[in-house]
Amino acid sequence: MDEQRREHPALQVVGLTKRFGGLTAVDNVDMEVYPGEVVGLIGDNGAGKSTLIKMISGVYRPDGGKIFLEGQETTFVSPLEARRLGVETIYQDLALCENLDATANIFLGREPMRRSLGLLKAVDRKHMLAESRSVLDRLDIHIPDLSRPIREMSGGQRQAVAIARAVYWNARLMIMDEPTAALGVPEQRKVLHLVHTLREQNVPVIIISHNLQDVFAVADRVVVMRRGKKVAERPIQETTMDELVSLMVGGSLLEE
Amino acid sequence: MSGNNPAHLMRTLSRIWAWLFLLALVIFFSLTGEGFFSLFNLQAIGANVAILLIMALGQTFVIISAGIDLSTGFVMGLASVAGAMAMTALPPGTPLPLIALTGLAVGLGVGLIPGLVNGLIIAKLKVPAFIVTLGMFGIARGAGFLLSGGMPLPVSIQGLGRIGNGYLFYYYPSQGLSFLNPPAGVTGVELRQVTGILPHPLTFAVILVLAAHWLLKHSRFGLHTYAIGGNQEAAIRAGIPVDRRTVALYMLSAGTAALAGVLYNMRFTNGAANSGEALLLDSIAAVVIGGASLFGGEGTIIGTVIGALIIAVIQNGLVILGINPFWQFVAVGVVIILAVLVDQAKEQVAS
Repeated sequence: MDEQRREHPALQVVGLTKRFGGLTAVDNVDMEVYPGEVVGLIGDNGAGKSTLIKMISGVYRPDGGKIFLEGQETTFVSPLEARRLGVETIYQDLALCENLDATANIFLGREPMRRSLGLLKAVDRKHMLAESRSVLDRLDIHIPDLSRPIREMSGGQRQAVAIARAVYWNARLMIMDEPTAALGVPEQRKVLHLVHTLREQNVPVIIISHNLQDVFAVADRVVVMRRGKKVAERPIQETTMDELVSLMVGGSLLEE
Repeated sequence: MSGNNPAHLMRTLSRIWAWLFLLALVIFFSLTGEGFFSLFNLQAIGANVAILLIMALGQTFVIISAGIDLSTGFVMGLASVAGAMAMTALPPGTPLPLIALTGLAVGLGVGLIPGLVNGLIIAKLKVPAFIVTLGMFGIARGAGFLLSGGMPLPVSIQGLGRIGNGYLFYYYPSQGLSFLNPPAGVTGVELRQVTGILPHPLTFAVILVLAAHWLLKHSRFGLHTYAIGGNQEAAIRAGIPVDRRTVALYMLSAGTAALAGVLYNMRFTNGAANSGEALLLDSIAAVVIGGASLFGGEGTIIGTVIGALIIAVIQNGLVILGINPFWQFVAVGVVIILAVLVDQAKEQVAS
């Protein structure tokens, strides 16, 4: 840990702020994530976790503050820009196109092309299918028919596709928003195992979860948000579930 | 697995019902209408459906992207007026290919402008497509009539009508096949024995259908069209340039409408602001009958072709049977509702 601290943070955000009308959803948040570190981002509903990560993944444009990726200041003007710089996100709502198949979803926005009829460039579906198979195998996920539209799949399979999409692109930073919410216990284990694997590969991970047990199982450090503000930051060994819960809801439990 | 079977059956049925319906129509009219099932009449159906079908191609993309383009009918009219004005403005003695290309370039160029405006307003200002294109419906209509002075503009240029009404091949029993022109030396009464094969509008439509099919099925633009229609927010987060694609979609729709307008110039040797008025709803009907969902994300070019053919066969068949032409509207209306019912039944079984 101390060794990691001396390195540059993979991600650093300074004074990040986002307002929606009169509501300040994220208020002046500072945060760092170091290479190979798993940071749990927790907070009650509406604490601003999803808004914070959507600024990092380029979906929202911050109203204030700065984002540094490996020391370089970045202004993500679009999700594509963020993905090009290696920030991959698994969204809570999965952000899949239900009318498309698993393969198309995994490659959406970054389809490999092949020459067709001499001049024209066609989407290389064969390559996409083979690559999809191999990334799903790597994740130990079994989807029998990859050409079926996502809407015909189970919740777990959809989640798997969303995860496979993020994993395929060799992220420099992985953001996971409630990655285990829709899953049964065996699939939850696979996701947590994936987080460990990413850490072994030195890929930093930000994981948002309501399930504090998951957070304790994988995170090195926890950042707590409440009403848009970062209220606490703890190494996982130095905190307890009770403390985190009271930090999330505002300390009232401790006072009582 | 057994729980899946009705859903699977329904999916298959919804995919092929339009084919079966078209087949049933053809069989019915062949049995009841004298002269319906003849090379001449079937080619006439193909030539007559070409303008509608070309207009429906762009609309297919727009509807798959969960949009709608209500302006295509009058964009076609505007393009036909612009094309007619450009072609008649050329000095006498201009070679025919140059005249035709000028009409094509000007009609297409003028027609793309409303598409660009539609796309920009929908993408950048987030105004619903229904409203924007309804506004453009009126603007293009007014512009077309203002340009043409309220009257159809005749294009009396020698040979132009042959582009819109000619055939790729001609067959004359004693001389075999000839290309583009009836065999030399065949004149007068003998000309009536010449059989035309592949009317130009049909050839033109087939080429555009193949291009549109390739674009939708194999290009990145086509895949993104489905993605935008399926879940626009997901498309944005995946990094698809949704704004740029939206502008391109409405330009494509206006572009095919403009091509339909130029084809109208060639076929009817005039340009008229209201030439596409009746085709707007028919082209949307063709797309919907072909299995596209107005909620977006579903649809194919082949489906649209079948949809357009169903409309054309109904119209042609009823004429041959000598039925009051106003029944055509009723029949097409019934088929549209039928198409949506099949789609809904599929959704219900699936869920």
